[in-house]
Amino acid sequence: MVNTADVKPKTRQMSNLIYKYMRPEHLPHIWCPGCGNGIIMRDVAQAIENLGLSRNNTIIVSGIGCSSRAAGYLDFNTIHTTHGRAIAFATGIKLANPTLEVIVIAGDGDISAIGGNHLIHAARRNIGITVIVMNNNIYGMTGGQYSPTTPKGALGTTAPYGNLDRPFDIAGLAYGAGASFAARGSAFHVQQTINIIQEGIRHKGFSLIDVASVCPTYYGRKNKKGSAVDMLKWQRDNMIPAEKAATMDPVDLRGKLVVGILHQTQYKEFTYAYEQLIKRLYEEREANE
Amino acid sequence: MKDTRTLIINSAWCKGCGICAAFCPKEALEVVDDKVRRKEGTDCVLCGMCELRCPDYAIYIDEKDDEEAKNQWVMSY
Amino acid sequence: MGDVVLMQGNEACVEGALAAGMRLYAGYPITPSTEIAELCALRLPQEGGKFIQMEDEIASIACAIGASVAGVKAMTATSGPGFSLKQENLGYAVLAEIPLVVVDVQRMGPSTGMPTSPSQGDMMMARWGTHGDHPVIALCPSSVKEAFDLTVRAFNLSEKFRTPVLLMMDEIIGHLREGMSVPDPEEIAIIDRPTVKYPDPKRLPYHMKKGQLVPEMAPFGMGQRYNITGLIHDESGFPTNSVEESEKMINRLMHKISDNYNYIKDIVTTNLDDADTAIFCYGGTARAVQSAVEMAREKGYKVGIFRPRTVWPFPENELLKAASKLKRIIVAEHNYGQMVLEVERVVKDNCKIDFVGKWNGSVITPAEILAKIEEA
Repeated sequence: MVNTADVKPKTRQMSNLIYKYMRPEHLPHIWCPGCGNGIIMRDVAQAIENLGLSRNNTIIVSGIGCSSRAAGYLDFNTIHTTHGRAIAFATGIKLANPTLEVIVIAGDGDISAIGGNHLIHAARRNIGITVIVMNNNIYGMTGGQYSPTTPKGALGTTAPYGNLDRPFDIAGLAYGAGASFAARGSAFHVQQTINIIQEGIRHKGFSLIDVASVCPTYYGRKNKKGSAVDMLKWQRDNMIPAEKAATMDPVDLRGKLVVGILHQTQYKEFTYAYEQLIKRLYEEREANE
Repeated sequence: MKDTRTLIINSAWCKGCGICAAFCPKEALEVVDDKVRRKEGTDCVLCGMCELRCPDYAIYIDEKDDEEAKNQWVMSY
Repeated sequence: MGDVVLMQGNEACVEGALAAGMRLYAGYPITPSTEIAELCALRLPQEGGKFIQMEDEIASIACAIGASVAGVKAMTATSGPGFSLKQENLGYAVLAEIPLVVVDVQRMGPSTGMPTSPSQGDMMMARWGTHGDHPVIALCPSSVKEAFDLTVRAFNLSEKFRTPVLLMMDEIIGHLREGMSVPDPEEIAIIDRPTVKYPDPKRLPYHMKKGQLVPEMAPFGMGQRYNITGLIHDESGFPTNSVEESEKMINRLMHKISDNYNYIKDIVTTNLDDADTAIFCYGGTARAVQSAVEMAREKGYKVGIFRPRTVWPFPENELLKAASKLKRIIVAEHNYGQMVLEVERVVKDNCKIDFVGKWNGSVITPAEILAKIEEA
């Protein structure tokens, strides 16, 4: 085996973590100044480092949108698929080779609008992939249209009079559809989010981590939320840990950011169940011969 | 034991968002002309909060005796 | 040769796919292709493979592409409405060069149309359905045996050229039952995709060494880390906006098919040697044409058959060559006139072109074709 370090730039201008898990030749990334996606991508790398996952055995699958550019920056087997379909591609990869660790990185529009069907069915199926949502409440790549997580009343280029739709709670949606692990992190709460991503990857079954990102360029500017710093301060000041939220009146949680593992249960993972079926058929055939 | 680590800024990757400076517990960073730098007369305690939240991986803590890192330290200042 | 068994076209497709090495099928129920999914659900786990019923048609092709990326031969099958839905990801597989077999058991459209009625109305969608310029390989079987053989060939072509291959069946062949001798495994030639033997971080995933048809493919997880994207990319597999690189990429995709046309082509001709008239047909229509030609021959008409089994790329030179000796070509197909447009484009004024079509959900009868022959 050749050491990958051989092909990476000799002059290091980055931390060991970035050097090891990203593709420095493609950095700096295309995301805007202050974009939360960069923070979340680092969280993913740190979680993988903490878990000691093999880079060769870990697959990053993304769809289309700002968040989905993450696949190009992370140094794994990466596949940048079509809009909304990342989970469906990931399902094929995981089912074909269940020994692979498959991680989907997607945006809120990608995963809950055009890809909403795949999200709920992968959750129901409990296939052992981990979905990390970079949720910035807006379509950033196309210039600030309202998404399924844009709050009611908020502005977008396609909601010039305020958004009439109610937003999705993506973690709640996944849990409602049968996900055995649903959690929320945020760009501000780095340590907690790294821990949650680790737990999500370790979880045997479908796991979804809805990470609140910040989009200062479109969502922030349109809705007068201030700079990236102001938006992160909002996350800091309005966070409620999941354990505490569980004891609170839902009315008091309105407009708050609940961070932590919201739901976790255990039931049989899909690809494991399928391998058991193959084994059973094989044994039955052997017994009959 | 002496701490052999130091704060490193890669100005080329810095987009000047100011997140690191805003959340530095020692207020030891400032953004000037869209690039972050150490604020004179302040103490950096190498807590690494800036590294955790830098969306552009432009600021981090690394070993001081790393020759390349040292050069970088000089370059970015 | 193995035993002769009574088999349905859809069943033969599944058995052909298994023989070719398919080990993952992702699909969604749709008439008249559903039997393919049902049989895959039964047969694949017996062979150590995987079947999954996805939530929709788009997910099915996406899942199959994912499996192929992980190194497993994969297939999805559908019919008209589902084929419409698969078009975007079909283009993805073309651009990212992912081997894959997509079966379309054509039914009458547009829209929901007549789900149990035969049609060949998806032939132009097969060619042009996905957006952007792209090459296509599409095969059309005319019997249950051919459904088996052409499914094997579809896999082989997709593996050899790293491209999705379309098996354009129709309701006639999909639901037809006839006796078929299943070949023994050793009689079937299997082609596997050129694969990276050992990981090399310096390797560019879309770089071709001299003499290679396509870049070698590295299944995810084998140690070769690289990026796959549906954006126009260079040899490194990363997106590029370069004018030169994008032209190079599209040219290469086009040429890997057109330069190997002689390998891909597959045309069956019958009684053309002395013929002044040829019936151009493909797929299920060929069965009525066969009867009509036999009837016409008995009446003394010098009629033959020109039947491409590889319909895309279109057999331009072969058809033109045949046309130069003919007075007339009758195109018979179950649509309002699709492949006839190609015949007209290629043959031009070299001979007279007539058309026998059907677009009402019923089948073209031998008598109707015979009547057209006799019209002369």
